[in-house]
Amino acid sequence: MQSSITSSEQIQVHRLGLPVTILVPLGALFIQAYVPIYLPFFTILDLPLLVTIFFAVARRGPISGLLTGGVIGLVQDSLTHQPLGLYGIAKTIIGYLASSLGVKLDVENHGSRFLMTFFFYLLHQVIYAAVARGLASEALQLRWGHVLIAAVINAIIAVPFFALLDKTKGRA
Amino acid sequence: MNIISRHRNLTVLVLALFIQVVGLAVQVKRPTDHGPVRLARLWGIDMVVPAEHVVMNGQGWIYNGWRNYLYLRDVRHQNDRLQQENLHLRLELVRLAQDAGQAQRLQALFKFKEQVISETIAAQVIGTSGSENSRLIYIDKGSQDGLKPDMAVVVPEGIVGKVVHVFPTMAQVLEIDDQSSGVGALMEKARLQGILKGTASGETVVHYIMADEKIEVGEPVITSGGDRIFPKGLPIGRVVQVNAGADTFLSIRVKPAATLNRLEEVLVITKIDEQQPALTPDMPMRAVDILARNLPSVPVKPPTPVAGQPGATPAATPPPAATKPAPHAGDAASVVANAKPTATGNHPAVPKKETPR
Repeated sequence: MQSSITSSEQIQVHRLGLPVTILVPLGALFIQAYVPIYLPFFTILDLPLLVTIFFAVARRGPISGLLTGGVIGLVQDSLTHQPLGLYGIAKTIIGYLASSLGVKLDVENHGSRFLMTFFFYLLHQVIYAAVARGLASEALQLRWGHVLIAAVINAIIAVPFFALLDKTKGRA
Repeated sequence: MNIISRHRNLTVLVLALFIQVVGLAVQVKRPTDHGPVRLARLWGIDMVVPAEHVVMNGQGWIYNGWRNYLYLRDVRHQNDRLQQENLHLRLELVRLAQDAGQAQRLQALFKFKEQVISETIAAQVIGTSGSENSRLIYIDKGSQDGLKPDMAVVVPEGIVGKVVHVFPTMAQVLEIDDQSSGVGALMEKARLQGILKGTASGETVVHYIMADEKIEVGEPVITSGGDRIFPKGLPIGRVVQVNAGADTFLSIRVKPAATLNRLEEVLVITKIDEQQPALTPDMPMRAVDILARNLPSVPVKPPTPVAGQPGATPAATPPPAATKPAPHAGDAASVVANAKPTATGNHPAVPKKETPR
């Protein structure tokens, strides 16, 4: 079974097999939860977010993008002690915006991937903090310096990570 | 209908966000750990954590095999060093046992109740939340092992956090450096109480100590027991910085004694007993102990020697009740009352027990 959504004739649309659709997000969530036991600084990365952006851009379908982001975000929420929906809402919006951007622009090259990840990471953190403080009354403080550094690191990691994930793609 | 189909993507986005916002509102209004929310969380955890469990077990098997059967270099040397260390520690233990005995006698005298950790369960850390916004770890013990929410989690160096959610074979532990955590803290030297909280950057800060108090850098911080989760006296960490905080309070940054970001095994305190320390008859009684018991009462005056009986000094003929330590605090009073000062000093001394030769 293949899942793909066609949206544009100019920009290539990719299909991702069902095993990839399930295993890649689960693998990202697993690594995100497991590696910090030994490498605490690994929490600066947000692999589930990178997977959300990659899937959304590759499929170029806003609905599949937002649903993928929503599900990944909710699973990520369940691993925390905070209410379910904080990461869910943030990644739903990012999935929608990333796929909408993918429909309009070519985001296959390294430079655009770097910039896209950088800005989506910042936006993700802002949405997360806004939802946490506004809707869930969580006493969350954003450290802008740290968030900017994390955005750069995530953007740097995204380039080889997306290149690795490119191997899982097939043409629609 | 036309508008909805024309803006299908946007409609689905709004719908997805609306469902999640409503779900969030329900959780915020009823922050219970039951019902569909718990089920949804369990599904999410079940997708990720069991795999971590398997990996940790496999990794432990390989690691133990390597360490216990193959990599035994320098073991003999290490064994010699540990034996030496053991010898020193046993000597230290004798000294500490004396101090502990004295403290117990004083506690019994003032009828203090002490909290005793009577049961613990060792657990292995099998995962984390993977998020900087939630400082949480997963352990491989759950409700099947007797774990319940709000149980304290510690390591030999100090406290780690408390159990928040319990599942059949695993549990979530909220670390003390999380922003939503709170621990009753006590400055060991200054004897001032505050609340230890985590910050966004993962630091731990003690709040609610008045700004005019003097706190020194390096002072140990221990649990106060006021939160009813951690027993009193467990090490939290040491003060590393003291700043003026909000309002009239200090902001005291504390370096946790436990290495919170590199935990592999922890202890969950499953049972805490409150008991009054009982004096055991075999405890040695010293002059200073009896003096401490005597405070703040007035010492009993020595009886006047009867004329015509030379040598009838109190030290030479101690009363029978003072010949052995009292079994408990109630009897201690009679010991003190019957203890008489020696011929050379003003304090009541412990009478020597005569042993027949």
